[in-house]
Amino acid sequence: MFNGLREACGSVKFHFAMADLHHRIAGWFAARGWTPRPHQLAMLQQGLAGHSALLISPTGGGKTLAGFLTTLQELAEPHAHDGIHTLYISPLKALAVDIARNLEAPVREMGLPVTIETRTGDTPASRRARIRSHPPDILITTPEQVSLLVADPAAAHLLRNLRSVIIDELHAIVTSKRGVLLSLALTRVRAHAPATRFFGLSATVADPDALRAWLAPAGTTPVALVTGAAGAPPDLAILESEERVPWSGHSARYAVTDIYEAIKRHRMSLIFVNTRSQAELLFKELWDANEDTLAIALHHGSLDVAQRRKVEAAMAANALKAVVATSTLDLGIDWGDVDLVVQVGAPKGSSRLLQRIGRANHRLDEASKALLVPSNRFEVLECEAALEAVAENAQDTEYPMVLKLDVLAQHILGRAVAGPFDAAHLFREVTSAFTFRNLPRALFDQTLDYVATGGYALKSYERYAKLRQQPDGLWRLSHPRLAQQYRLNIGTIVEEEMLKVRIAKVRTVLGKRVATGGFVLGELEEWFLSQLAVGDTYLFSGQVLRHEGIDEFGALATRAPGRDPRIPSYQGGKFPLSTYLASRVRRILANPAQWGHLPPQVRDWLSTQRWASVLPDENQMLVETFPRAEKFYMVCYPFEGRLAQQTLGMLLTRRLERWGARPLGFVASEYALVVWGVRDMGTMIAEGKLSLARLFDEDMLGDDLEAWLAESNLMKRTFRNVAIIAGLIERRMPGKEKTTRQVTVNTDLIYDALRSHQPDHVLLRAAWDDAAEGLIDVHRLGGLLKRIKNQIIHRDLERVSPLAVPVLLEIGRESIQGSGDDALLAEAADALMDEAMRLV
Amino acid sequence: MMPFSPKPPMPSWTRPCGLSESHEISLAGLSFRPSLSGALFAPEQGALLVADLHLEQGAALARRGVAVPPYDTGLTLAALEAVIAETLPRTLYFLGDSFHDAAGHTLLDEALLLRLRTITEQIETVWISGNHDPAPKDTLPGRHVAQARIGPVTLRHEPSRSPATPEIAGHLHPGAGIVQRGHMVRGKCFVSDPRRIILPAFGAYTGGMSVRAPAFEGLLETERASVILLAREKMYRFPFARVS
Repeated sequence: MFNGLREACGSVKFHFAMADLHHRIAGWFAARGWTPRPHQLAMLQQGLAGHSALLISPTGGGKTLAGFLTTLQELAEPHAHDGIHTLYISPLKALAVDIARNLEAPVREMGLPVTIETRTGDTPASRRARIRSHPPDILITTPEQVSLLVADPAAAHLLRNLRSVIIDELHAIVTSKRGVLLSLALTRVRAHAPATRFFGLSATVADPDALRAWLAPAGTTPVALVTGAAGAPPDLAILESEERVPWSGHSARYAVTDIYEAIKRHRMSLIFVNTRSQAELLFKELWDANEDTLAIALHHGSLDVAQRRKVEAAMAANALKAVVATSTLDLGIDWGDVDLVVQVGAPKGSSRLLQRIGRANHRLDEASKALLVPSNRFEVLECEAALEAVAENAQDTEYPMVLKLDVLAQHILGRAVAGPFDAAHLFREVTSAFTFRNLPRALFDQTLDYVATGGYALKSYERYAKLRQQPDGLWRLSHPRLAQQYRLNIGTIVEEEMLKVRIAKVRTVLGKRVATGGFVLGELEEWFLSQLAVGDTYLFSGQVLRHEGIDEFGALATRAPGRDPRIPSYQGGKFPLSTYLASRVRRILANPAQWGHLPPQVRDWLSTQRWASVLPDENQMLVETFPRAEKFYMVCYPFEGRLAQQTLGMLLTRRLERWGARPLGFVASEYALVVWGVRDMGTMIAEGKLSLARLFDEDMLGDDLEAWLAESNLMKRTFRNVAIIAGLIERRMPGKEKTTRQVTVNTDLIYDALRSHQPDHVLLRAAWDDAAEGLIDVHRLGGLLKRIKNQIIHRDLERVSPLAVPVLLEIGRESIQGSGDDALLAEAADALMDEAMRLV
Repeated sequence: MMPFSPKPPMPSWTRPCGLSESHEISLAGLSFRPSLSGALFAPEQGALLVADLHLEQGAALARRGVAVPPYDTGLTLAALEAVIAETLPRTLYFLGDSFHDAAGHTLLDEALLLRLRTITEQIETVWISGNHDPAPKDTLPGRHVAQARIGPVTLRHEPSRSPATPEIAGHLHPGAGIVQRGHMVRGKCFVSDPRRIILPAFGAYTGGMSVRAPAFEGLLETERASVILLAREKMYRFPFARVS
C-alpha cells in the first residue's frame, strides 16, 4: 500500500504543510526519501478539519494510506486506549487481513503507539471477545461485521470514542446489497458517534456525486471530493492474430499461442476472463501450449481457499509468469510486479476494464499495459468500443443500489437485537441513509410488520411474533434466541448451493468400483454436479476430472489425464454488456468510417452484411426474417445484453404464439435474439398479419410479463435470495443441508402460496424489484422498447445474413433460460418417446 | 424501484389435482392412479392414499422464529378436499406424518380443524402413525393403526428394507430432477418398482428429497424403477436411470 510514494509533491498549494505532519510520520517518509502525495495531504487536511471526504483515485495512488493518515496523525502521541478510534471496512476478507499486515509494519517502523486488530467472519470467538473487552485503536473489518457490531448491545460503549470510518473499494460496495446493508449499519454508527468522519476510497466512477451523497446523511451537504492525479494513459491494444476470429463462442482457443507468446515477453501477466469455465478452459489450453513449463497459475472463486492463498503468495513473491483469473482478482492490493494485463473475452464495461488494466503496474507514472483478446467477432466490435471509451477515460459504473426491503428487514431485526427501539425514530434514522432516503413511511411500516409477525393478512402467528410493541411504545425482541438466529443469518450474500469436490481413491471391491474421498479441490454448484453421471468428465481446477459419484460429504472425482472433458460447464457471463458500451458498438456498426481499426476479416464480415442485408443506423433496430432448413427465423439486434434479451425472447414467443406465428424456440446472445418457428414470419409481416411495431410494443411489460413471471424459475430463484436475506427462512449451514430434509422448507412452494394468498406481500415486492434489475432486467428491456419505437427496420431475406450467423450458431449450444418446467419436461419425455419408437 | 402492481395470478388457489389414467401404476395386481396433487387413488377399492401432509408445519416453524406464511395447512386441506371431490373415495388413508409434530393437531385453528373433521367424519379414515406424529389423534375421527392393508399390499409410513409383501409408503418425500438442455427441473415425485410405491409428501410446504440420495440406497430395484414427476400442469414418467 505504500508503493508509489516516491512522486514529488505537485505544484498544488496546500494549507497543510509537510511540517505539520507528526515528526514520527514525517521522519518515516523522509527516511525512505518519500513525500506524501497531494491527495494524501488533502485527505489529511479534510480529516483534521473534522470533515468527511471521498477520495477518487486510480489504482496505485497510495489510496489506503490517504485514508489512514488522519488516524495516524491523531494517534501519534501516547494516548488512552479508550474504545475504537477508526473502523476500516473492506469488502474482501483477505484484503482486510492484508491491510492489517501492511499497516502494522509501517506503524511499527514509525514507532506509533497504535493498536490494530482484525475482525472478519473467520475471527475466532476468543479474539472477538478480546476485541470487545479491549477495543483496539484501529479495527479492520468487513461490512457484515459492522452490522454485527452495531447490533451488539455494547455498541454504544465500543463506539463512544469513534472518530473515523474508512471504507475501501467504495465503488464496488455501493452497487450491491452489501452496500445497502452497510449504509444502514453506518446510520447506527453515526447515532452512537455523531462526530465521526467518513472517508470513502474509490476507483474512478461515472458519478462521484452519488458516492459523496452516499457517505453523508441524507439532506446534508455531500462530503468533500478529493481527486488523485490521473495516471499515465494505459498502453492498450487489441490482439492482432494471424488466426481466424471465430463467429461465436467464448473459448478464445484461437488466440492461445498469441497469449502464450505475450506471457513469455513479460515479467508477470494477469489474464482476466469473465467466467469460471472460461478460466478453466484457457488455463488448460495454456498448459497444453506450455513448452517452456512457465509458472502459470489459476485463480477463481470456486477453488479451495488455501489454494487461492498459495497463488496469491506466489504472485506477491514474483514467482509466477502468469495467472488466469476471474473477477476474484479485480479488487485488492498489489500482488507482485504485474506488467501485462490480458482481458480475454468481451470487457463488458469501460470502468470494469479500466480497473482491470489498473491491476498492471501499480506505479502511476508508468503506463499500464494491456491486451484485449476478443473471443468472437461481435466481441471484436465490443473491444474496439472499449478501446475508444478507455482513451476518453469514459466511465460506466452503476449507480449505487438503493431501497432493498429485504435488507431493511434484516437491519430492523438487528436494531431490535441491539435493544428496544421507537419505530418513528428508527424510520428517521433509516431514511437518513442515502440508500433509503426515498423510503415511504408506509413501506417502512409494512417491513417492520413483516419482521415482527411475518406481515401476513392472516394473523394466526401473532403469538409467535419476533418483535412486540411494549406498553411504552417501544419495539422489543420477543426472545433472546432470536439474537443468535440473527447473528447466524447476517449478511446479504446468498451462495448457490455448492458441493465440495474431492479427489477420490478408487478400489475394486467384489468387482465393484468403490470410491472414497481424499483432499478437497474446491467447490462446484450442486446443480452442475448433480447432472453428471459416473464416468462423465469435466474440467475443474485446471484438470480433467472423472465423476465418481456423490457421497454425504460432496462429489468425488478422479483425475482423467489427457482426455477432453465431455461435459461443458459454460454459463453466460455474470456481467451484462454495459449500456454505454452497447451504444458505442451500435455507432461503430453504423459508421464504416470507423472500421479502419478493425481486423480485415471483421471488416469483410460487416461489408458483406451491408451488401446482403443492411447495417442499421445507430438508433435503429434491425429485424431480419429468412427461411432455413424448413424453419423460419426472425433475428433482431437489440445489443442490450443476454438477460434483457432473454426476457424479450420469452415475451416475444408468447406474443407470436398468440398471433398464430407458431414459434418453436429462441436463443439470446449478448447482442442479438433469434426466434424460429413453423410459419413464415417474413410473409406474415409483408401481408400485414404481423406488425413489428405491435410485436415490440412496450405493453408487453404488462400482462405478458405478469403471466410469464407466474411460472418463471428466475422469479423463484430471486425470491429464495430475498427470503434468506429478509430472514424468512434460515440459511443452510455448511454440511447440514443434506440431512435436514424434514425441516427445510421449500421456498418455491412458499412463493406459490404467497403469490396466491397475498400478492402484495412486502417480500414479493422486494423479489420483483430485484428481478426487474437483475435476472430479468426489465429496466433495460423497457429502455430498449422505448428507444426503438418507430425505429425498427425490417429486411425479409432469402437466407441467413452475415450478422445473424453468430447467434444462429448459439442455437443448441445455449440452454434456454426461463422457459417453464412443463415445457422442458414435456420435451424430455417426448425425446424418450421418440427413442422408444425408433427401437420398435 | 419498479412500479409494482400486486395482482393475483389466479382468482383463488386452484392447485391442480387431476388424476392420470395414463400414468397408472400396478402393484401386486392392483391398479393405482397418481394424482398431480401427490395423492394416490385405487379406483377398484375406492381408496385414497396421502402421505406426509405435515399439517401445521408453518406453525411449527413460526414457533422457532421462522415466520413462513401461515397458509400451508389451508392449502394442504384445500388440495385434499379437491382430490376427494374428484375421486369420491370410500376410505381415506393417511400414511403418517399427517401433522408436523405431536402438538400440531391440538393447536390447529378452529376453522381448519372443522374442515379436517368434516372430511374424516364423512369418509372412513385410517390414520397410520408416522415418526412426526406417533401418538393417536384422539380429537379426530378415524382408526389409528401402525400399518394397514389393501388386499396383498401393506400400507405403512416408513418403507421397509425388505418387505415381505408389496408395500406403499411415504416418509422419504421423494423428489427427482430431470436435466434437459442443461437445466435441471426438480419436483416431487412418485417412485415405484415392482415391489413398492413411495408417495411424495402431500404437504404444501414439504419439498422433495432426491431419489438419488443415500436414504433411498438399496431400497429400490433401480433397473425396474420409474418416477412420475409432478410438474405445474402435468405429470411425467421417467425411467429411474433418467433421473439426475
